[in-house]
Amino acid sequence: MSEANNPLIDPAWLAEIRRDMVRFAGLQLRDETLAEDVVQEALAAALSGAREFAGRSALKTWIFAILKNKIVDQIRVKARTTNVSALSAEEESMDQTFDSLFKANAHWTPAARPSDWGDPAESLRQQRFWAVFEACLKHLPENTARVFMMREFLEFETPEVCAELSISTSNCNVILHRARNGLRRCLEKNWFVAGEQPC
Amino acid sequence: MLSCKEATRLLSEGQDRPLGVSEKMALELHLLMCRGCTNFGKQMDFLRQACRGYLSRRKPGEDAD
Repeated sequence: MSEANNPLIDPAWLAEIRRDMVRFAGLQLRDETLAEDVVQEALAAALSGAREFAGRSALKTWIFAILKNKIVDQIRVKARTTNVSALSAEEESMDQTFDSLFKANAHWTPAARPSDWGDPAESLRQQRFWAVFEACLKHLPENTARVFMMREFLEFETPEVCAELSISTSNCNVILHRARNGLRRCLEKNWFVAGEQPC
Repeated sequence: MLSCKEATRLLSEGQDRPLGVSEKMALELHLLMCRGCTNFGKQMDFLRQACRGYLSRRKPGEDAD
């Protein structure tokens, strides 16, 4: 199979998938140039093999599997020079915000009590939900996002994430909790409450 | 008795490892009485679902194979 004679691949489809790949890599690497490079490598590797695919979604899955591997390689390189457990000002402020959701007895303040999001499948079907979801992911601090996305998007088990990034299990748990709480608050504010308004 | 703050930690960790018997029991007792944490737990499940569905979300004009 080559790019030229594969009926599944047309320039418009390729351009679209490339955009998706750059966005996906960018969310995790937080470096546009690096994201572009990784996508280029992944596409070249994915399209050079002599494999056949039953359809576009199978091909897309294959391309993203290769992309995930390339992203992991880059994260490994980065992990050697960054201290993931160092707390940034943004992360400290997220922790303070989290503390402010609770009364002195560590129970929710009435205003901060998590609400019922109804049928989540309904949101997942809507285009606009995914735009808000991406914006919320982008809004997470870099290291927090990296740990979270390794766990949830690259689908590492938590002990593997800790090992790859050389952080302790308890620190890993703290970071994942911070990410999840940040993300759920962002979605609650910008989608589950705001998203229902017609303007 | 578990506080809400502690319950959120267990609900997050429950996404990463099987909780121990006593953790599970404390959490279940708490959830029986706490609407906020029950919602928090459902929101954790929702996040997992959204992350898993992110790459396979259908785009406008994208046809099924």
